[in-house]
Amino acid sequence: MALNLFGHNEINPPAAITAATLRSDRFRLQREVDWQRLEQIVEALEKNRPGRIDDDDLLELPVLYRKAASSLAVARETSLDAATLAYLDSLVRRAWFQVYGPRTGLFAWLRHFLLGGWSASVRDIWLDICIALFVMVAGTAVGWILVANDREWYFSLVSPGMAGGRQPGASAEELAETLKGTEDAEGLTVFAAYLFSNNTGVCILAFALGFCFGVPTLLLLVYNMALLGAMLWLFADAGLGVDFAGWLSVHGTTELFAILLSGAAGMHIGRSMAFPGKQSVLAAAASAGRRAAQVMAGCVIMLVIAGLLEGYARQLVPTTAGRFAIGGAMLFFWITYFAFAPRPRDHVGEARS
Amino acid sequence: MSTTVASRIQLGQKKRQRELVTPEGLALPLTIASRGARAGAVILDLLIIFFGAFAIFLALALAGFGMLDASTGDELGPAGEFLVVMIIMLFFLARYGYFLFFELGPKGATPGKRALGIRVAARNGGRLTAEAVIARNLMRDIELFVPTFFLLGSGYTEGVMGMAAFVWLMIFLFFPVFNRDNLRAGDLVAGTWVVEAQKVKLEEAMSTAPDRSEEYRFGEAELEVYGEHELQVLEGVLRQDNPEAMREVMLAICRKIGWQPGSGHEREFLEAFYAALRAHLERNMRFGVRKADKYS
Repeated sequence: MALNLFGHNEINPPAAITAATLRSDRFRLQREVDWQRLEQIVEALEKNRPGRIDDDDLLELPVLYRKAASSLAVARETSLDAATLAYLDSLVRRAWFQVYGPRTGLFAWLRHFLLGGWSASVRDIWLDICIALFVMVAGTAVGWILVANDREWYFSLVSPGMAGGRQPGASAEELAETLKGTEDAEGLTVFAAYLFSNNTGVCILAFALGFCFGVPTLLLLVYNMALLGAMLWLFADAGLGVDFAGWLSVHGTTELFAILLSGAAGMHIGRSMAFPGKQSVLAAAASAGRRAAQVMAGCVIMLVIAGLLEGYARQLVPTTAGRFAIGGAMLFFWITYFAFAPRPRDHVGEARS
Repeated sequence: MSTTVASRIQLGQKKRQRELVTPEGLALPLTIASRGARAGAVILDLLIIFFGAFAIFLALALAGFGMLDASTGDELGPAGEFLVVMIIMLFFLARYGYFLFFELGPKGATPGKRALGIRVAARNGGRLTAEAVIARNLMRDIELFVPTFFLLGSGYTEGVMGMAAFVWLMIFLFFPVFNRDNLRAGDLVAGTWVVEAQKVKLEEAMSTAPDRSEEYRFGEAELEVYGEHELQVLEGVLRQDNPEAMREVMLAICRKIGWQPGSGHEREFLEAFYAALRAHLERNMRFGVRKADKYS
């Protein structure tokens, strides 16, 4: 027995079993010690202190759990003692939650996730990524074409607050001014943090809207990309197309990739609910949701990086070539990571069981 | 009046009973958490987040960084900048991290859920995975935070979105009302549900009290009067051990079975009656005859 420094209760031996007049109470008194032993183990597990459990107890946990479960089944058919039934109900349930609870903590999960779990689930939703990519390219083209044909579209796509001087009619110098870097790093941390928290909101929205058969996700992607297409046209029209692309690519390769993935994750859920195959709709949604959640968790990490790139690298690297180099390197890194990181061997975070 | 309310509550509880078959083939009884409990838990969690954030701001303000200095924008010193970043990150963590962190723990419940005795579980009886917890909490954003911000009128009211968006968001908010298992959209996507998980202490066995079957003899006809429901009510009265309540119950029983009530021996009488009634009902149970209450 481990030292009982923190005074958790000792198991009381039951009153003399023969003193009980009722058969069902004798049944209970005979098994009570095992139940309380199980309860102590469960208690320690719930408090996240498995170190408090003896080795003997731990080895017997499965046996104790099954004993309690079978006691419950018997008691339901033979006993009318409401208190005992309620206790057993709760005990078996608590034990079950511990036996089948989340086995990995946040950090163990994160390690498994970064070393392959993430890229494996990205590869699993390749079809949705293709669809989302197509939609995003189409959205950009739509934005471009609309504004190229009729400049009034620009104002309905881009709100004045967001445009901030970047609008049709502005001179090339004015537009070039918005692409300049700053000299020092002051204030950029705040900018980066703000961008991150804002972009993550958009990504999570894209994911969550996928629930409605993916349609709102597609609309969100088209709308956001049309905005980009409109701006692209604006700068290209002023002869600054390459500079704008460079300015965008620093963080854009990471950020747009993250938006692509979150849109695809949302689509994945929507698509598996619309076409569940042999599973029930609920089961299909659940298994797709778990896969998509892993992709989404990764998007948050990508957006942290994108926010830092946008906040610092873009403002501190003024040359277009340098910006392209950074953006291109990030894109290369992401594609390599997603395509080649091996699927993890252990089954810590099994999503397809 | 009170009986109809009580019976309605009982009916509601019966509706929320589910049986879950674990991978090793055990049938495990579960009770789905009521919508009220879940709403209560969420409100409690939001209050915790709100007051937690408030306390941190207060602590920071007291520590010397004035909030006003920090929010003037352009003229941030390194300390002020750090502070603003901390605040942005804090909001982010409060919005996405709080629920995630607690539901991934061994109790599978946020403090609010724990206070109301409910927790998250996997719907298929298997293990609750980290992915499931993440999925259900990402969906929370659109179900809870986006509608809240929408109502507070920050940003989401602009442009294409409008009244339609509002109705749309309300559908998410009221999703649990429209299905049997009280699933919200996040539960549906993650394959989880929220169930009751109260801790119950083991009470003393009832029939270890001195055997009085010699002093009080109850006949078959006298024990036929009551059923299992009345037995459990009687058990509750005995466990509470309130003299007035016991007196009243004894009078009611004596009236029913036609005995002459004495005084001063309420507990003894009730214990004897309880033991006899339970023995009678359990014996019938073993022969497959059950009597739910006095009307059946």
